[in-house]
Amino acid sequence: MKKDYSKLWILFKSMFILSACTFGGGFVIVSLMKKKYVEELKWLEEEEMLDVTAITQSAPGPLPVNASVIIGYRICGVVGSLTAILGTILPPMVIISIISLFYEQFRTNPYIATALQVMRAGVAAVIFDVVINLAGNVVKTRRILYIAMMIIAFIATYLLDVSAMLVIFTCLGIGLLDLAVTLSKKKGTVA
Amino acid sequence: MLLLKLFFSFIQVGLFSVGGGYAAIPLIQEQIVNIHELMTLEEFSDLITVAEMTPGPISINSATFVGMRIAGIPGVLLCTIGCIIPSFCICLTLAHFYYKYRSVSGVQVVLGAMRPAVVALIASAGASILMLGLFQAELQEIVLGNIRFVELGIFIVALFLLRKFKMNAITIILGSGVVGTVIYALMGAI
Repeated sequence: MKKDYSKLWILFKSMFILSACTFGGGFVIVSLMKKKYVEELKWLEEEEMLDVTAITQSAPGPLPVNASVIIGYRICGVVGSLTAILGTILPPMVIISIISLFYEQFRTNPYIATALQVMRAGVAAVIFDVVINLAGNVVKTRRILYIAMMIIAFIATYLLDVSAMLVIFTCLGIGLLDLAVTLSKKKGTVA
Repeated sequence: MLLLKLFFSFIQVGLFSVGGGYAAIPLIQEQIVNIHELMTLEEFSDLITVAEMTPGPISINSATFVGMRIAGIPGVLLCTIGCIIPSFCICLTLAHFYYKYRSVSGVQVVLGAMRPAVVALIASAGASILMLGLFQAELQEIVLGNIRFVELGIFIVALFLLRKFKMNAITIILGSGVVGTVIYALMGAI
């Protein structure tokens, strides 16, 4: 992997801004990272971003930090990882340190509460925008297996509350089966 | 000694919180409230509220908050670093192997099967947030008559701006917060 230290500053700046402006869980920041690193900067491929998401979800620890470690590593090795982590954790550290001093006023302020509530509509729009593109690309593979897995995984997580980990590991199992089938078919054609 | 105790507590939180931020909350509670009695349960529930109201990962937010309340800036640094050390080591190892083997065709087949699932997980997170935004309720408790039209309007306009004009996502998120608050303020609802 080629290391490009000139990207470090952009990496830090991007992670810092994403982390400072991400309200909601880990998948919000994954959507934003996809927009930033795949669409805007073109540092990563779309499939790579999905792989990184699967890995971050299966490893312990906060999802945005995990994703930063892997994306940073991809861009600039261990130095890149450290740079990306720093960008990700600085905003919450600074913001929370300040707020912890007067959190009572913060917690009960009606304007902040309203802003956070309506912001969910904007956050949802960003995620939907990303999902429309991603789901479109899954459909374009024209593999019934993949399309069915996507729909079933959605129903399982959203309607049936199955954990994300379980879904990922189940699909890992299906992937291994798929590999076994592919290999045995190849063997069949050779023999 | 207190600082070291905090540090090791948060290493455990980082190591055992598998599957997103909310998994970390009971672990932090166990370490800080039950085992070491550094905070009361009431202070702890304040912490969760604040961690949810501010940007950034919930476990980093909580680590910072606990560190600050108990030991000031040194506490913040140690708790946060403790919390991310396991992530850093584990993900760095995983990243190394991923980039080493990902072009192998067999690995591609396996990864290919995981990608549709990831798309579904992101979609599911989006759907939950949308329902919270439109109804202020989880899926099971939704009453259609309670739909909040301001949020619905913001969602539609935001999605249109993103699809049609490729508007910046962060501008959309912050903008929707500002616009929505102004609308509610004008309506006299705040």
